[in-house]
Amino acid sequence: MLGGILMGMTLAEKILARASGREVVKPGEYVTADIDLAMAHEGFAAVYLGLLGAGIDRVWDPDKIVVLLDHAVPAPNVRYAGIHKMVREAVKKLEIRNFYDVKAGICHQVLQEKGHVLPGMLIVGTDSHTTTYGALTAAGTGIGFTEMTYVFATGKLWFRVPETIRFELSGKLPYNVMSKDVILKLLGEYSAEAAQYKSVEFTGSLSGELSISSRMTMTNMALEMGAKFAFFETDQKTIDYLKNRTTKPIQNLKADEDASYEKIIEVDVTDLEPQVAEPYTVDNVKPVTEVKGIPVNQALLGSCTNGRLEDLRVAAKILEGREVHPDTRLIVTPASTEVYREALKEGILETIIDAGGIISNPTCGACFGTHMGVLAAGEVCIASINRNFKGRMGDSESRVYLASPATVAASAVEGKIADPRKY
Amino acid sequence: MDVIKGRVWKFGDNVDTDVISPSKYIEAPMEEQVKHVMEEINPRFPREVKPGDIIVAGRNFGCGSSRETAPDLIKRLGVAAVVAESFARIFFRNSVAIGLPILVCPKVSEAFEEGDTLELDLEKATVKNTTKNITLKGEPLSPDMLKVLEKGGITPLLKEIAQKQQQQ
Repeated sequence: MLGGILMGMTLAEKILARASGREVVKPGEYVTADIDLAMAHEGFAAVYLGLLGAGIDRVWDPDKIVVLLDHAVPAPNVRYAGIHKMVREAVKKLEIRNFYDVKAGICHQVLQEKGHVLPGMLIVGTDSHTTTYGALTAAGTGIGFTEMTYVFATGKLWFRVPETIRFELSGKLPYNVMSKDVILKLLGEYSAEAAQYKSVEFTGSLSGELSISSRMTMTNMALEMGAKFAFFETDQKTIDYLKNRTTKPIQNLKADEDASYEKIIEVDVTDLEPQVAEPYTVDNVKPVTEVKGIPVNQALLGSCTNGRLEDLRVAAKILEGREVHPDTRLIVTPASTEVYREALKEGILETIIDAGGIISNPTCGACFGTHMGVLAAGEVCIASINRNFKGRMGDSESRVYLASPATVAASAVEGKIADPRKY
Repeated sequence: MDVIKGRVWKFGDNVDTDVISPSKYIEAPMEEQVKHVMEEINPRFPREVKPGDIIVAGRNFGCGSSRETAPDLIKRLGVAAVVAESFARIFFRNSVAIGLPILVCPKVSEAFEEGDTLELDLEKATVKNTTKNITLKGEPLSPDMLKVLEKGGITPLLKEIAQKQQQQ
């Protein structure tokens, strides 16, 4: 290739170019790409019915498909029990070997822990928060059931090459301020529309310092900004995370230095306060000092956003030797069995139970108002999850405040929204 | 794909899926739901739209919820295509998936008045106002997207694939 003729590419452009067999792609172009991995949770039931309806009785590549039961597990009612049963039968019929039944955990956590996600992969899922995989420099995005039917049958899908926004993060996070606070701050500052249909890259000195778990929180919630993909570049932390989880080669993937961005936004976190998103939009964000004191009936620590070991660790440190407020129930949902087991070994779960918390099995249940912590009318919950829309966790007259695991734990102790920095 | 030619209905910016597919009728049969498509903006539209007509709209058409009924109802009314300055991502993807021809065409709003005749060549991504003799260029779709649209959506295309698989 002649130097200087081709502009460099962003991560989204690199991955879509490779997956569509092109030298170069530009924002605004439509490409048809080969899918490296397709993930479906309970939604697989709808995809399966779509395949049956079309008369398709085999999938393009069973080894490139992962199916999980995670949204409402174990089945809370007859309807879900039926869906689970259908999914179990369908994966056998279609010879899908990568199947995780009700005990494994939440899809996004399990796929990354089990080594299914590698840098440079193009991944689609029947879940909007599939953007999470960008923590390991993979291009992940959510699609509908009909489109997933097409992917399962053909292994291909079309994409519009998105423009990219780059956030350059710098500074050190203050004590008990977490990556959740950073992404909430960005949502508050730049709105839930900031990255509509666009790709987001998180770079800068802070990005390199964040753990893979902290990165997952940000790529997960970038979806709430409208992002189609969200990425951190590959570095030593990515390689260390993956080396015992996969035998496949790990690509060291970064954006080109001369890639062109729609916008580059610099953010210094040195003076960042813990952030809270008030109901009913994710970008209705205030510093904790402006909302502290609001009584909470429930505190939920968990979800694909913040249910990992480091999240539980931070919470346990705050809960150690203290008690959950008598008017508040604390529900802790580890994101996966692996997280659950590690937390058990470290004594974290014992600390939480001693403080009066409830530990549930890994599931999405409470986060989307289905089971394991549904809210009644008028109830208030502070939660480490990713959405606070009306009725998200139960009754449409309940209210959900989004915050970091540290803020959730501190609020559980005080029975009202509390600042975790004093713990 | 053949060139699509039809009479234009014009809409503005940010037409959301709740206007296209009102939630108060979402439980009703599809035959009832189609009677209310975009009636909030233009009550004449669901009553007078004819098969083959084309919607021209401004920015962010189909924003709001991800309900697949939005493009589906438009298709059921017989609308031949939607050409807009931009679309909400999910509406756009769902339209291709269910086989509603769709094209992004910047400045399309300025070029058309209601009742003009539009000629759409999806393969070339050209939009022609044959009433005013103006031609605009849209954002070309990929060959696979064109194939899906030609077959009338993912489901009919998959049926064809399944038949081929069985013949093998």
